[in-house]
Amino acid sequence: MRASPLRSALNGAMLVVALIVIWQLVYWSVGDSGLSSPLETARYTVALVTREGFGEHLYDTMRAFFIAFVISVTFGLSLGFWLGFDRLSGDVFEPMFATLYAIPKLTLYPILLLALGLGAPAKVGFGVLHGLIPIVLFTVGAVRNTRPILLKTGRVLKLSRWQTVRWILCPSAIPEIFTGLRVGFSLTLIGTLLAEMFASQRGLGYLLMTAIGLHNLPQIMSVTVLIVAFAASVSTLLLWMDRRLHERG
Amino acid sequence: MTLLRLYRWAVVGAAIALLEVLCLKRVIDPITMQAPHLIVRDLYRLLASGRMNGAIVKTLANTVLSLVLAVGVGLIVAALLHRRRTLRDTLDPLFATYYAVPVFAFYPFFIVVFGLGDLPQILIAFMLSVVAVIVNTLNGLDRIPPVLLKTARIMGLGAAETALRVTLPAAGPHIVTGVKLAVAYAFIGIIGSEFILSRGGIGYEISFAYNNFENAVMYPLIVLILIASVVLNSLVNGWERTMLERRGRR
Repeated sequence: MRASPLRSALNGAMLVVALIVIWQLVYWSVGDSGLSSPLETARYTVALVTREGFGEHLYDTMRAFFIAFVISVTFGLSLGFWLGFDRLSGDVFEPMFATLYAIPKLTLYPILLLALGLGAPAKVGFGVLHGLIPIVLFTVGAVRNTRPILLKTGRVLKLSRWQTVRWILCPSAIPEIFTGLRVGFSLTLIGTLLAEMFASQRGLGYLLMTAIGLHNLPQIMSVTVLIVAFAASVSTLLLWMDRRLHERG
Repeated sequence: MTLLRLYRWAVVGAAIALLEVLCLKRVIDPITMQAPHLIVRDLYRLLASGRMNGAIVKTLANTVLSLVLAVGVGLIVAALLHRRRTLRDTLDPLFATYYAVPVFAFYPFFIVVFGLGDLPQILIAFMLSVVAVIVNTLNGLDRIPPVLLKTARIMGLGAAETALRVTLPAAGPHIVTGVKLAVAYAFIGIIGSEFILSRGGIGYEISFAYNNFENAVMYPLIVLILIASVVLNSLVNGWERTMLERRGRR
């Protein structure tokens, strides 16, 4: 069913080319007042990236994102393993996480801001709020779907609980957990950027929002393209690793 | 099952009680958060005063509009894409990475191009939800047993009749899953973009209250949105479950 790696790389390249062509066509039909052309945006992006101060914004976003992701992974995996192991707490808490997944979490951001203050901690907290849930949900699923025969074998071999986790659960659950980490990665990034867009004084989201007031269209398009390109390429890479892991298992 | 539900309510109740105690003991100061019973009281007052009716109607109308658009366009696009193998292969990377891209990053761009009205918000909500409909519908169409389509051909059904009587019901549960996600995404899209920057709606009222330190308005509205989205999602989940159960029994 699935295309070979070469084919899907080709498809991806074709898609990018097609999107740029559509962009150019829209530009020709709308004109300068509507949006800036791909070439112009590329030129502006180069100027923006090399401009003094851009590095600090990028660093700020990436640092918040990185800390949030580390926290999400640590807590997500521990919570996931616990809820996956313990049937009762899993049954009680898992639907709650699933519900939390579908609510507009942006509305909770003011609470974080009031509790943690305007700055990096609130940004990190909001990233964690987004990234933690998928990691928990996928880990719970992965642990629960471990084939019973493997666990029985572990019991026959008289493995301790820790040894069971290390030698049986981890290897068998890793592909599924990786899927959770992949989704968690994307959502943490989304959460961090959203937080910056609502209230912050630094970061890429801040660059986007200040450009609205100045009506600086090239800057908006450049930052948007940068964010989209980063998210899409990292996620493509993770997706590729994800599929490899699942095929091996 | 019912015991589990009891446990779940007990956990929620305990969490609220803990908040109540922390607030009353001033561990959490009133500037940060009010006690839960005060929030409920304020929510009642706010709703009874009718101050928020305009905002509620606006948010709901935009959500429904983008949902209808997303489901309609999603179904049509999926039906058109279904048999076009090459086009689907080309679009596959887009669908696979779509939800990894922060769609909200396009919001400033839409504001500058279309102005600060309803259109940018509806576009964001539409973009968030349409792909869920497309992907799940395609999934459903792929899984229709070929024998059903053969039967339709033997019966001499036309294209429209085949679509209505065979294809749609057979792909039904998958489409419902897509719609379920679309409901959540449309709501998130509208509320989120109202919240970031807008001129009306519940999301706007929350961010307005936040900027003016009006906790007596902000917390009740946040609770209102949480309740609304939980109720909305559990309704759609229930619909999906009955759909799947009916399919299972047949």
